[in-house]
Amino acid sequence: MRKRMVVVEGSYAVAHAVKVCKPNVISAYPITPQTHIVEDLSQFAADGEMNCEYMNVESEFSAISALIGASAAGARTYSSTTSQGLALMHEALFNASGMRLPIIMTVVNRALSAPINIWNDQQDSISQRDTGWIQLYAEDVQESADMVPQLYKIAEDPDVLLPAMACMDGFILSHVYEPVILLEQSITDEFLPGYSPEFALDPRNPMSFGAFADPSTYTEFRYKQEKAMGSALNKIEEVARDFKDNYGRYHGGLIDDYALDDAEIVIMAMGSVIGTIKDTIDILRSEGESVGLLKVRAFRPFPAEAIRAALKNAKVVVTIDKNISVGKNEGALCTEVKACLHNTDLRVPVIGFMIGHGGRDIPMSTIKKIFNKAKLVEKGIFVESEFGDLREDLA
Amino acid sequence: MKEIRIHGRGGQGSVTAAELLAVAAFEDGKYSQAFPAFGVERRGAPVMAFVRLSEKPIRLRSQIYEPDYVIVQDATLVDVVNVAAGAKPDGIILINTEKKAESFRLETKAAVKTLDATKLAMDFIGKPIVNTTLIGAFAGVSGLINPESIKNAVMERFPGKVGEKNAAAIQAAFDLMEAQR
Repeated sequence: MRKRMVVVEGSYAVAHAVKVCKPNVISAYPITPQTHIVEDLSQFAADGEMNCEYMNVESEFSAISALIGASAAGARTYSSTTSQGLALMHEALFNASGMRLPIIMTVVNRALSAPINIWNDQQDSISQRDTGWIQLYAEDVQESADMVPQLYKIAEDPDVLLPAMACMDGFILSHVYEPVILLEQSITDEFLPGYSPEFALDPRNPMSFGAFADPSTYTEFRYKQEKAMGSALNKIEEVARDFKDNYGRYHGGLIDDYALDDAEIVIMAMGSVIGTIKDTIDILRSEGESVGLLKVRAFRPFPAEAIRAALKNAKVVVTIDKNISVGKNEGALCTEVKACLHNTDLRVPVIGFMIGHGGRDIPMSTIKKIFNKAKLVEKGIFVESEFGDLREDLA
Repeated sequence: MKEIRIHGRGGQGSVTAAELLAVAAFEDGKYSQAFPAFGVERRGAPVMAFVRLSEKPIRLRSQIYEPDYVIVQDATLVDVVNVAAGAKPDGIILINTEKKAESFRLETKAAVKTLDATKLAMDFIGKPIVNTTLIGAFAGVSGLINPESIKNAVMERFPGKVGEKNAAAIQAAFDLMEAQR
């Protein structure tokens, strides 16, 4: 495996993965902060390495709107954006999902203003939770790249037909140089056939997408969107296994685990913090602590059943969120995990920690501090969800 | 795992130095990770970049707080930034300067080593761009990376005459520092 690896920037690895998926249309707005993903893709297109329409548009709203049109016409489409750019797309994200268009977009996760901040957290994509897009979160550069063909295969499945976000932590994964295997064209051609939807805009066979639905039918459209998300639950697992058969790599399906089976304290998290948690767990385990990790890859659809099964032996659950629902004093993962344990026999305390906002670094000491709080809960001391890395001088 | 922190000023190629180290170390059979201390880069402002080298794949994603090695591209930074912060007691701080190591009164147990990388860069490259020279010196100081791997990484990034001149500077810096090891 090492022999096939090269050391490249995270953004380049993703751009390369997009290239081998052969999208027909890419549309992006190169705002600051953009990433090298669209820069590299525009270079590929300009150099003739991609047979693709590359549209450099005037805003993120236009970027997603152009892809909605292209996807409805049967094109395989891609964009990448981040923070405020994603927020500007918000309205059209509902259209992409409601029209059941399998657009794939890498969201390079960054904080939202104000105050102005260009650094990493996951508030941007979490804020799009209810737009009807599939969301997967990547642990490292390899997974960020591998998610691209995985998501095309999931999203374009006739039982799913939903747009999807591949979420990768800004800077931490987009700007890091590390060894990766660039996706092979030959394997990808086999893994991911071309996109040929049953329904597409075509002047020879006119039809409408996203047209009027009055109260007599609108509910059923929403119901079918939800059913499609249900199908995506199975499809995400199936495609992860398929991917392993084809490429030899597995990053988890809906979830993944690490030192979990006998763990009394289970840490749950999404994204690049997973690696730091794994290293911290190795240290804590060597000190005799019973702690494990439940990695959440899929945030939408939310894998409630898989999570419940994985938590059956847990005594305390800790969730880590790089986002906050202001006014709830919780991040989204915390809220979702609590909700999915309700109305079940599983009675386990869930404590949420919000860390890493606006690029605040997450050293192993932060994870250890959180673990020590969880131990208090194990002893029966109640702990509220809280910010886990506040500066003491400002708090 | 060995951790390296590079201090420089915006425009001096600290991030490029980190990337080239990661590429060279991987060619040498190690796993590597390089990333900048993400900031709003401005020319001349103090910047940092980080490199991790390990026999095993690297999962840790935090910044580096207790480096084994510190590389300082510009000695004027010593008055502005605590370049010795957290350096391991058995670590090495490598400073680009014409001065002797003793003239820097850093609060650290780490060894301080100096070389005039600017002069070497002027001699071999003809420009005061010291990032490649310094990673050659780092290879000499640490013994962690084969200088050939560094030269290959640099020549791949900067093909032709430019790469060859840089390679010569890297070899000279390596020889100079290896002799002191």
